[in-house]
Amino acid sequence: MGRKLLLEKAHVPGIRNYDVYRREGGYRSVEKALKTMSPDQVTEEVKKSGLRGRGGAGFPAGMKWSFLAKPEGVPRYLVCNADESEPGTFKDRYLMEFIPHLLVEGLIVASFALGSNRTFIYIRGEYAWIVDILEQAIAEAKNNGWLGKNILGSGFDCEIYVQRGAGAYICGEETALIESLEGKRGNPRIKPPFPAVKGLWDCPTVVNNVETIAAVVPILNIGGDEYAKIGVGKSTGTKLISACGNINKPGVYEIDMTISVEEFIYSDEYCGGIANGKRLKACIPGGSSVPILPANLLLKTAKGENRIMNYESLSDGGFATGTMMGSGGFIVLDEDQCVVRHTLTLARFYRHESCGQCSPCREGTGWMEKILKNIEYGKGKKSDIDLLWDIQRKIEGNTICPLGDAAAWPVAAAIRHFRDEFEWHVQYPNAAQNRNYGLAHYADPLPAASKGVA
Amino acid sequence: MAQFSAEKLNKVNEIIARYPAGKQKSALIPVLHIAQEEFGGWLSAETMDYVASILKIEPIEVYEVATFYSMYNLKPVGKYVFEVCQTGPCMINGSDDIIDYIKNKLGIKVGETTADGLFTLKTVECLGACGYAPMMQLGKHYREHLTKEKIDAIIEECERNAVTNN
Repeated sequence: MGRKLLLEKAHVPGIRNYDVYRREGGYRSVEKALKTMSPDQVTEEVKKSGLRGRGGAGFPAGMKWSFLAKPEGVPRYLVCNADESEPGTFKDRYLMEFIPHLLVEGLIVASFALGSNRTFIYIRGEYAWIVDILEQAIAEAKNNGWLGKNILGSGFDCEIYVQRGAGAYICGEETALIESLEGKRGNPRIKPPFPAVKGLWDCPTVVNNVETIAAVVPILNIGGDEYAKIGVGKSTGTKLISACGNINKPGVYEIDMTISVEEFIYSDEYCGGIANGKRLKACIPGGSSVPILPANLLLKTAKGENRIMNYESLSDGGFATGTMMGSGGFIVLDEDQCVVRHTLTLARFYRHESCGQCSPCREGTGWMEKILKNIEYGKGKKSDIDLLWDIQRKIEGNTICPLGDAAAWPVAAAIRHFRDEFEWHVQYPNAAQNRNYGLAHYADPLPAASKGVA
Repeated sequence: MAQFSAEKLNKVNEIIARYPAGKQKSALIPVLHIAQEEFGGWLSAETMDYVASILKIEPIEVYEVATFYSMYNLKPVGKYVFEVCQTGPCMINGSDDIIDYIKNKLGIKVGETTADGLFTLKTVECLGACGYAPMMQLGKHYREHLTKEKIDAIIEECERNAVTNN
């Protein structure tokens, strides 16, 4: 059993309520921070912990905090990114729904460290019922003296507000989120200036993912050094993985980042194996933007080592043979799934979610969807596969924000690892329309002999 | 012209008070949610102009936001809007079949509303319920692990509620 730091108490009956949460040891980190530490000492603990941003980019959280500009007389803001929208990702929702006080507690400590007196949780508009859960937790915290003026006599004031978005994946990008919070379209800003210097209402701002903020609580409780001992290398602490697709036990799991991908998929403690006794074909382990890998490269790196569920191991081999940890949205495809069709739904997603600001992304995502649709519905040409490759290359790196890359990578990886499946669609246009044609030859592991089936 | 009730105006002012003075435009997205709920489930030009006047911003600032975010309806919708997710993880768990089933059962295409004004069918992109697929949003809540039987039950439930609420 891996160590649980975030979800350990998530299923204690009544944990959503303040009294139960407090009885289980809640809000100790606020007491520790506000009564015994300076804001810089809190930041120092987070730095020591090695905590990396849990939204997808994996940037060291303590370092991000230390970049925050602190000009005299200018307010600073902490904004919590709860705009969870990356396909395959539903971990923040789980945390907020089951143990909302953990987020509130983490936000108070982080606000203290950063000097934010007005902190916002920007939550995706569709999570409407979670807004009520969070607002209740915030009200309870305030009634019990953890928010408001002069908290615990420390002289620190803080209020937390929940702001709903209204349906836009792009608002998970931090500068788009800030634009949205200012009441505008979610068009990402050109960086620099970074939010740490010029963010919300042009003031210094830190934007952190829900899980990142929640992790601050155990870091304060056990100490940054102790936290850093969990995991391996630069993958410290625990990570929430939301597992979905063709597995027996979809759900949210907290792992320490030492277990193998194989164990995560097949062990009863986690995914419980592939559903319906099927074989594993492919997996997108870090949310829809990260490269899809065929079973053989998923379970073992190109060097033949077991792949581990952490930042370094998942990205071993670069994009040629590896993938990324991303947001921890773990999508499993069994032997019956069609990679072309799956990639088409992702291309449609990115076309729908492109803000339209940069031409390569606005036009390119539309073209990719159309070409993939043609291939999937038996109207594709062999040259379309190269055209698709060409388009994704022209999007990547040529846009203001990473949505362009996020749209390009899934298409690139699908062609890189499953080109013969695309060719199969072009070669057998009538059979291509039958989406469950069962390319069992890709199943675990990938036998070279079975290529060019049908 | 329709206006917010005193209670809703209070709510709007409460939201505006969260931001520093002069930053009331930040309330736009939450206020548009309230407006859509209050004024028949969609945002008419008249409603958007009203929101602009409340927040003391130009109407165009409201239009450009209302047209950007997918949760705002810019034309009338049915009393119950089925927003069925069709992205990858839902697709591999059978969302295509669910969408087809709803289309046939209600006799409408995606984007249409039934003649009695009760149901609108929309397809949406990932709503963050991938582990509980296939799913749809209905009002404030998610309906997950959808099956044809569950769709039948949801439609019956909506029809019953519509009668009770009239």
